[in-house]
Amino acid sequence: MNLRDKKQTLQLRARVMAVVRAFFVARDYVEVETPLRVKTPAMEDHIHAEVSGDHWLRTSPELHMKRMVCAGFEKIFQIGPCFRQGERGHLHLPEYTMLEWYWTGGTSEGLIWETRDLLHAVAGAVGGGPFTGVDFYAEPTIYTVQELFVSLAGWDPLVEFDADRFDLDLVEKVEPVLAKEQGPVVIKDFPGERSALARMRPEHPQAADRWELYLGGVEVANAYTELTDAVEQRKRFEACGKNRRERGQEVYPLDEAFLLALEAGMPDCAGIALGMDRLLMLITGAEHLSEVVAFSEG
Amino acid sequence: MYSTSDLRKGLKIEIDGQPYVITDFQFVKPGKGQALYRCKMKNILTGTGLERTYRSTEKVGKPDLMQKDMSYSYPDGDHFVFMDDTTFEQVTVDVDVIGDLKYFLIEEMPCKVLFFNDTPIDVELPVFVEKTITETEPGARGDTATNVMKPAKIDNGFEIQVPLFINEGDLVRIDTRTGEYTDRVNKG
Repeated sequence: MNLRDKKQTLQLRARVMAVVRAFFVARDYVEVETPLRVKTPAMEDHIHAEVSGDHWLRTSPELHMKRMVCAGFEKIFQIGPCFRQGERGHLHLPEYTMLEWYWTGGTSEGLIWETRDLLHAVAGAVGGGPFTGVDFYAEPTIYTVQELFVSLAGWDPLVEFDADRFDLDLVEKVEPVLAKEQGPVVIKDFPGERSALARMRPEHPQAADRWELYLGGVEVANAYTELTDAVEQRKRFEACGKNRRERGQEVYPLDEAFLLALEAGMPDCAGIALGMDRLLMLITGAEHLSEVVAFSEG
Repeated sequence: MYSTSDLRKGLKIEIDGQPYVITDFQFVKPGKGQALYRCKMKNILTGTGLERTYRSTEKVGKPDLMQKDMSYSYPDGDHFVFMDDTTFEQVTVDVDVIGDLKYFLIEEMPCKVLFFNDTPIDVELPVFVEKTITETEPGARGDTATNVMKPAKIDNGFEIQVPLFINEGDLVRIDTRTGEYTDRVNKG
């Protein structure tokens, strides 16, 4: 598809971006910009950062935005590029656009309703839909990871977590079923092993207070109540580093500036990251992420 | 062995001793999970379909496949004999492996024979072959512009649809991949 063919899609993309910004401004969120080129990326099990000289390109703005929350910026949002090594497919590009927002005093549950409102606002600006068979106005259907895995895959990842089995079954057994739903789907209470920066549920210690949004079977957003315990966060980063070392993957230095901010104290807050390109794919019916971005040569 | 970064559509792989070709390939990755490689493949020998999802640490078998340039020599009952032009080595290919391509074979035609563990499993012919129409109803005089086709036969009895203006004795070009008429080479 050449650039000329994308004109309508890219104009629609610009309209959606404007609507998204207006949505957050109306709710007293302040737009912020944090570095693309970071001293050290957030260490996570399966996310690999692109090197940039003696720095890396960010895989998400999370750690810097949380430092801002620690400094008293209560409601912030950011729309910008994120970079991940080795991710290229119909739903992936090594450089893509993430919308990420943090709500001090908010909860992960509160974010479900705020995301629902965002979907309404976006839908309203681009003709209402449904989009690729998904009704953005429908109330989200909420499932727990546990109930979906027990009924669709025959095991409970909260009882004993099997990482490989979890990833395979999510993609092969759970997601195809979610694809049949006609409205937004939220799956919540992810196993802690897949939620390194999220707070655990107090009443359910194996489960994190983390949910993901699925539209048409596609993972579009990831939200959680943020982990504010600096000691716990350091432990998790170190455990992750050990896993990565054992797998022969690059181990990143710990983000001491972030940990310092956590130690000084982070207010209770919830945050969420949403893939803008994937949202646009749904709106336009695109089959490949490259169809909704101007250039995808990189 | 292939690693998952080698996988792509069209790649020939081996699973449980059988040769497969990947017909569809997709990279998927849950946000906080590992990269997965979903493959749809077809058994080259039996045609049966298979779906497998690989994790990035997994390896995939490389089949012992070899393609040789050979020429078609002659038919021999239920088999067709091909010869390697440099070694003069002869190979017999089963009629099941050739399939409908047997209608397009011409002596000394350059072909590519695919071997799996030394057994011929597939033959690739040149894209076009020229054959004479031996049987067809006469077409309407001057009718050179319509899209309507009529049945015709070539020397070995293979039936093909041709434009109305084609007559018996005409030499036509046929696409061996589809068995369809392409154009007329010259009039009979």
